[in-house]
Amino acid sequence: MSFTEDQITRYSRHILLPEMGGKGQKKLSQAKVFVVGAGGLGCPVAYYLGAAGIGTIGLIDSDVVDLSNLQRQILHHTPDVGRSKTQSAKEKIQALNPEVQVTTYEERLTAHNARDIISQYDVVIDGVDNFPAKFLINDACYMENKPLVHGGILRFEGRVMTIVPNESACYRCIFKNPPPPGVVPSCQEAGIIGVVAGIIGTIQATEAIKLILKVGQPLTDRLLDFDARTTTFREIRVRRNPSCTLCGPEASLTELIDYDEPEACAL
Amino acid sequence: MQLTINGKVENLNVSTVIDVLKAKDIDPQLVAVEVNTQMIDQENLGTTSLQEDDKLEFLFFMGGGA
Repeated sequence: MSFTEDQITRYSRHILLPEMGGKGQKKLSQAKVFVVGAGGLGCPVAYYLGAAGIGTIGLIDSDVVDLSNLQRQILHHTPDVGRSKTQSAKEKIQALNPEVQVTTYEERLTAHNARDIISQYDVVIDGVDNFPAKFLINDACYMENKPLVHGGILRFEGRVMTIVPNESACYRCIFKNPPPPGVVPSCQEAGIIGVVAGIIGTIQATEAIKLILKVGQPLTDRLLDFDARTTTFREIRVRRNPSCTLCGPEASLTELIDYDEPEACAL
Repeated sequence: MQLTINGKVENLNVSTVIDVLKAKDIDPQLVAVEVNTQMIDQENLGTTSLQEDDKLEFLFFMGGGA
């Protein structure tokens, strides 16, 4: 596959980079990234990945656009209120870059479909708003041996960590199980400053691109916590946990778990 | 004793990790605790003794995304 004139122009600022070049751009165009959630994190992630020329972006979300989403979910515009989030997101990504194939799944990720879908992608992005789904994604990526870029946001804060199965600490190495339902506030209850979703989402997209190119050092074995109030990033070193029930030597988890769904964040 | 908790130096009259959680009124269910980059299992919070200048990280659940 060689580039057309338009492609060379479109991706010229990428191709100029010694770490990328035409070869790297080609890798992006052959890559498949699965974005779970087309919300606060999923929108900036998918938008930038689309602009970057990722070949296939998978988007899963079962929700429709609500007016209260528009403060941060930048792929959805005012006329999209009431429409499917995946359709709304797909339109904007393809308006930006028609070369990107956007595969949409208008459903929830569950223990039944997670491994099958994830197995078809190279990198997975966690852009979900609840703990059962975060654990499900972590577990399914481990079982399918797919790198995962975890993200979380709340109020003025955000967090990112890249997980490479069998190489770096997984989400369960840190948090063994989801918290009891209702004890940790959601964005709906506690709020979120919209731009934090953009900051965390663009870091997630950066991690995905680095993983595809195999450039630099991924954000593995490090939790990156961001606080917008002070504009500070704090990096917390983490290590694989020998007692991890998913990836430790005496792991007991071999099946995906559908935890009881708490009330979802206002979407 | 002097401890570094989430990057801040603090002086607390404590001997184990659970003492720190109690002193700070933190529900152990809501936090993952790392002492000198090693994760401490929930069931060991009360038996993990702390030394002068230990570095603790309290990692709270952050579940938002949408």
